[in-house]
Amino acid sequence: MNISAVSLELASLSLGLLTIILGLIFPSFRSKNTGGYLAIMGLISMLIGSLYLPASNTQTFINTFYVQDSLALFFKQLFIVVAIFVNAMSLRYLKPYTKNRGDYFALTFFALTGMMIMASAAEFITLYIGLELMTFTFVLLTTYKKQDLKSGEAGLKYLLLSAISSGVLLYGLSLIYGLTGKLDFSAISTVFSIGSVSPLLVWAIIMVLSGLGFKIALVPFHMWTPDVYEGAPTPITAFLAVGSKAAGFVAFIRVFFHVFAPFTSIFMPLLITLTVLTLLIGNLIALAQTHLKRFLAYSSIAHVGYILLGVIAYSKLGLSAILFYLMLYLFANIGAFAGVTALVINTGHDRISDLAGLWKCSPFLSVIFLISLLSLAGIPPTAGFIGKFYLFTEAIHQGYLWLAALALGLSLVAVYYYLMVIRTLLSGTSEETQPFIIPFSLRLVMIVSAAMTIGIGIWPGPFTDLALNIAQSFY
Amino acid sequence: MIGLSHYLLVAAALFCIGVYSVITKKNAIAVLMGIEFMLNAININLVAFNHFMAPSQVIGQVFAIFIIGVAAAEVSLGLAIILSLYRQRHLVAIDEMDILKW
Repeated sequence: MNISAVSLELASLSLGLLTIILGLIFPSFRSKNTGGYLAIMGLISMLIGSLYLPASNTQTFINTFYVQDSLALFFKQLFIVVAIFVNAMSLRYLKPYTKNRGDYFALTFFALTGMMIMASAAEFITLYIGLELMTFTFVLLTTYKKQDLKSGEAGLKYLLLSAISSGVLLYGLSLIYGLTGKLDFSAISTVFSIGSVSPLLVWAIIMVLSGLGFKIALVPFHMWTPDVYEGAPTPITAFLAVGSKAAGFVAFIRVFFHVFAPFTSIFMPLLITLTVLTLLIGNLIALAQTHLKRFLAYSSIAHVGYILLGVIAYSKLGLSAILFYLMLYLFANIGAFAGVTALVINTGHDRISDLAGLWKCSPFLSVIFLISLLSLAGIPPTAGFIGKFYLFTEAIHQGYLWLAALALGLSLVAVYYYLMVIRTLLSGTSEETQPFIIPFSLRLVMIVSAAMTIGIGIWPGPFTDLALNIAQSFY
Repeated sequence: MIGLSHYLLVAAALFCIGVYSVITKKNAIAVLMGIEFMLNAININLVAFNHFMAPSQVIGQVFAIFIIGVAAAEVSLGLAIILSLYRQRHLVAIDEMDILKW
């Protein structure tokens, strides 16, 4: 037993419970934003504390079921940063929708705990529990706008589809258990490294791939993404787009780089096919979207395709490119969703056509949208360009020139649709005449994410070094 | 003599019934029941593998207990959402939930 390996999870869980208990004792705590300030303060101190955790050596909690290595620590810090941004975005946004804001902030802590458990799990039961803790909390958060018809519908769709996908994942896991008699990753991989390939194993790999693919919105399993993104409260959409996706990726990395490592010849053709589909469908359907959150949902599906190039490259540099891309994807998406939040607060709508004439109403908001969308499109001064560059070059190094060429071609299509949104933003006239009111917390989120997007783009050195170090110690 | 393969066949059949009802049923509650079928099929799988392949450790049984617990949470969450949707829009049919599309 090593408590320091689970210190962040314990902190997150106890802060969540504390928020609920304080809400029960003091009614004003539930109806005001106090819970949100407490949550943000707690999260910032968790982030500072996590910097003092030993990153270089691997700690385990009980046996090897739960590991705290540098990969897990990196993802946990990523989740905490997202949670800080999400809570800060929610402060003003929630006001019209609900009287009980305290519970909302408590729930974000439980989602955070689930994601952290996923990042550290080195055993399938733990992974499953973390995954379901995260999913159920996200379902609750999705349905938080009770009066909104879209919110409940999105929540039910998310719950039913994720339950089906976890059923498929579990069937695959039960087959793996039947083949090896073990559930922890290191024991399974020692059995697999000698074992032969059986049809049952192929089934198990396909089922695990589809179960985890659902979480990262791989294409045949992406159907929930646009609906849930549209229906959920906008800060939660950002949490889903960045946090839940990153949590899916860390599980994906651990399972496919470690447990299934001897069977690359089986899952690689499948993964390549799905990546091509993801790139095609994500980018092409995004062209036809008129709703800003659905548009960002399809663009996030396309980004999963780019990130999967790093998984397909299946190398140390590929892994570091994934980690680097997830960092810049975080800041670009948070900037974009914070912009949507500000738009919803001021106009009540979130269609792309509502952006028309924004330049005249609020130049600040327009600049934030501009930076975030340019980074998502991968235009040079922003971070997106460097991230895509690393992913594509590594794919070419490993001999997937055609795949990198396809991704490059489709990212040109992506540039087109991002620029269409930017054109709507800069030109056009709007009915809105009074200037936008952007609350201080939201303004701060936007400034930080835009500064990081530009900062990583201009000076990527420290961030690539960090990603490379983590990838090195994972391999 | 009943062996491992009998249990696996029953579980596979149960899983397929679950998937079938998830795909074809229009009622949200029936879909939840289909999901329960799928999860219970997995439980049979796990316990049967545990008994026949690795009886010395009870990993499979522990996993099955966790799945039962999670499934209960899932159903209560699902029913709560269905109830609130019913109060709001008087519907439990999944194909009528079509505000969100494309």
